[in-house]
Amino acid sequence: MRWWRIAKRNADLDRELQSDLELEEEEQRERGLSAKEAHYAALRAFGNPTLIREQTRSVWSWSMIESLLRDLRIGVRTLLRSPGFSLISILVMALCVGATTSLFTVVRSVLLRPLPFRDPGRLVMVYEHFRDPSLNAQEFNYNSVAAADFYDWKSQTNGFEDMAAWRWWQFNLTGEQGELPELVSARGATWNLFPLLGVPAAIGRTFLESEDRPDGNAALLTWSFFERRFGADPSIVGRQIHLDGKLYTVVGVLPKWFNYPDTNVQVWVPFASGIPPAVLQHHDFHFSHVIARLKPDVSLATALGQVGAVQYRLHIQNLNAPVAEDVASRTINDDLARDVRKPLQLLMWAVACLLLIGCLNVANLLVARGAARQKEMAIRGALGARRLTLIRAQMTESLLICLAGGAGGVLLSLAATRWLALAWKDLPSSAGIQLDGVVLGFACALVFATALAAGLLPAISSTGKAVFSVLQSSSRTVGGNLSSTALRKTLLTIEIAVTVVLLVAAGLLLKTFVHLRATDLGCVTANVLTMSYSQPPQRYDSPAKVNAFNETLLQRVRALPGVRAAAIVSTFPGTWAGGDDTFTIPEHPPVASGTALPDAMTRWADPGYFNALQIPLLSGRFFTGDDRAGHPKTVIISRQLSRQYFPGENPLGKHLHLVADEWGDYQIVGVVADTLYQVGKPAGPIMYFPVLNGGNRKELSLAIRTASDPLAMSLPIQKQIAALDPELPVYDVLTADQIIEQSLVNQSLSATLVLAFALLSLVLASVGLYGVLSYLTTQRTGEIGIRIALGAQRDQVLRQMLGDGLRPALYGLVIGLAASAGAIRLIQSMLYGTQPLDPAVFAAVAATLLMVAALACLLPAWKASRIDPMQALRIE
Amino acid sequence: MAKEQQPRANLLQGTLDMLILRTLLYGPAHGHQIGKHIQRTTNDFLQMQHGSLYPALHRLEERGWVEAKWETAPDRNREFKYYRLTETGRKQLVVEESQWKQMAEAVARVMWPAVEES
Repeated sequence: MRWWRIAKRNADLDRELQSDLELEEEEQRERGLSAKEAHYAALRAFGNPTLIREQTRSVWSWSMIESLLRDLRIGVRTLLRSPGFSLISILVMALCVGATTSLFTVVRSVLLRPLPFRDPGRLVMVYEHFRDPSLNAQEFNYNSVAAADFYDWKSQTNGFEDMAAWRWWQFNLTGEQGELPELVSARGATWNLFPLLGVPAAIGRTFLESEDRPDGNAALLTWSFFERRFGADPSIVGRQIHLDGKLYTVVGVLPKWFNYPDTNVQVWVPFASGIPPAVLQHHDFHFSHVIARLKPDVSLATALGQVGAVQYRLHIQNLNAPVAEDVASRTINDDLARDVRKPLQLLMWAVACLLLIGCLNVANLLVARGAARQKEMAIRGALGARRLTLIRAQMTESLLICLAGGAGGVLLSLAATRWLALAWKDLPSSAGIQLDGVVLGFACALVFATALAAGLLPAISSTGKAVFSVLQSSSRTVGGNLSSTALRKTLLTIEIAVTVVLLVAAGLLLKTFVHLRATDLGCVTANVLTMSYSQPPQRYDSPAKVNAFNETLLQRVRALPGVRAAAIVSTFPGTWAGGDDTFTIPEHPPVASGTALPDAMTRWADPGYFNALQIPLLSGRFFTGDDRAGHPKTVIISRQLSRQYFPGENPLGKHLHLVADEWGDYQIVGVVADTLYQVGKPAGPIMYFPVLNGGNRKELSLAIRTASDPLAMSLPIQKQIAALDPELPVYDVLTADQIIEQSLVNQSLSATLVLAFALLSLVLASVGLYGVLSYLTTQRTGEIGIRIALGAQRDQVLRQMLGDGLRPALYGLVIGLAASAGAIRLIQSMLYGTQPLDPAVFAAVAATLLMVAALACLLPAWKASRIDPMQALRIE
Repeated sequence: MAKEQQPRANLLQGTLDMLILRTLLYGPAHGHQIGKHIQRTTNDFLQMQHGSLYPALHRLEERGWVEAKWETAPDRNREFKYYRLTETGRKQLVVEESQWKQMAEAVARVMWPAVEES
């Protein structure tokens, strides 16, 4: 029944009663009464019109709705009467609902919502899987697939409808008419990837099978690149672009919504394009990501079992190479979210805690109000209101609070979600992160659940039979209402316990972050600038050309004023793992068949590199200008390599034989200290080769130590590069400190967010503590007045009240500390250099909590001790 | 105040509905007419309580046994809310009447057994 129909029917009833009343009046007049007497006589005969109206209305079927409306009206009025209480509760709820909704939006977009591909439920990613648990700990359980493995899987199994692969790549894009050179992020895709995903080209077509060959030169543009670089001009399809100095024909443009695997990708080329055929035959060059589509009638286990069998055979055939024995699969969503899944889960837990605290807080406030309104409840009950009616009335209030808070929360989460998506660099954005119907539905459900949780307990506790006893006590209650005080204390204890858990988690994450922030990369990082450049192999095709450029560049940069030292390295410490290779040691007995060969990361450095970055030499010598093409092959190893593969012997003079290519034996001439390839990861074995041996490494980094602000030096140095070769793109211009910061941006974000949640909880808990104690004080004013009148000392009273307030805080602290000891296992893998049961963190949390709790209790306790007995007793 | 001394009876629950329906058998009437009619027909024995008349009318309307419409009264130049018996209302009246009859007979058998036997 709509409200306007209710209004119409009300008017109708009024009119009916009015006309009948007038008729009665007329009849009375006809019997000879005066107008006034007739009026009263009619009213007498008629009875009370208001009552008649009420009674008639009660037979209307919507009286339920009407009474609900009345509840709402009264609820709004009661809330407006105490704006302070309402505002605080609404704010608390808005914060909690907002935070939860934002996080749910992210979780849904990242973990739950299927990607917009054809039948995404049947798509899985398949990886090589090493069974060795120690390798799994280093995340080799989902290892990139070697191209040769992928081809064998595809041709020798039939459990999957189809299998496709993509690989990571980047190109140096140069323009024909002197446009700026640019390094573009690219992917290579097998020709069947787009048909398998069900993604058609927006313009043109996707790859053909005939193009997926080492000499294939087709290219697909992503929409953003198409718009940015080519002005969204469709005539680009069919034209040619220069990638790494080689001509590629643009065959199509991908749809705008397609930004798998991430938004940075600009160009797609065929998988095999530009890869030496030998590399495609290798079983230990792991660089492919395999997507497979399940057949409708084949289970994942069966299909995976077939692939696993093929892989095991490959493992047996390549016992010495790092070829995994098994395969493993995960969904595309999980695959994209692998770096954020853990932090997301952690934040979800944190936000759930916050929500719980928010509910407890509002419940606590409602209990306090319930206690203050006991007389009202008792009177309403005595006048005939049923218990259900009273509970409903109170629930309406909490529902109103939660509705207002929920509306505010959704608005808040709109802003928060946008911020989170921007600030969290690792979030896979393929699906787009935004609020939608499901999220709004979630928010609504959340609001009703919180209203129920926050309102039911106080409503039930304040409406029981016992409330009538209030009517019997004529004076202000002396002892306070024990049961509702106990209830509030219990709620408060839970609240504090949850806060403690959050605080401990935040403390541990923060300590981890500080620890990581202070990580020693193993080289000097103050005033160090790095920038990367790549030499297109087409133009830098001989060692002489490569060396000439690099040596001239170094000379010119070193000559710049303000440059202390300059060096060239293939991968700067702390950026990424770079490449690695397996090797054997000719001086050692051959490795037993069936065990993996030694493996180390590979770096190329110029003679001045170690000095420039102050990486200490432990024994032997650094490279010299003579360690170059045409001279004896030399290698410098890191301490970790020496420790791992030359335990208890002197590695100098021994040789490393690189298995994977024709480079042959390298003599070890020096041992240097370790550097980290990534902040937060242990140092791995590294072999350094002289960059002057002239091979084209494609990507090199310039590392410059400056006298003052390093970023100020970046332009002069870039100008030197441009002067030598204007077509070289320069990218990743960063200071060493920025590199560290960048790699910590996500740790810093989750630590900051959890800390924010924890602090918010602490504030909520202390507000709760303050509220409970103030309430207790007011309740016991009379009692305290009597005590003081009888001679109790004021500091005694103070101490007693403080104790009363701190007791729930202490219980909560103990419970919370015990609970966090268990809950920490959830975040253990996110900790670095920090013990899960770090005593400093636990002690700091305990101290903070007690201090805040004492502060929150102090004011009400002090007020209690200042009570004037005369006044207190007069209030009775 | 003379009326106060007259014998009066409270209506048995449910009988008011039946009486209203029966009254409307004569033709459409507004609330006041219905009340007056019942009162007059019973020689003021059944005093009409407006507090139960109007809820009853609205209840009957809600159940679809009567229809209501604002119409001008033939004798007065004013609109009244006229209630009219519907087809289902007519059927309901038959049901209620037979139930009432059964009830009255049952009560009579208990109260005056001798009369019944003779």
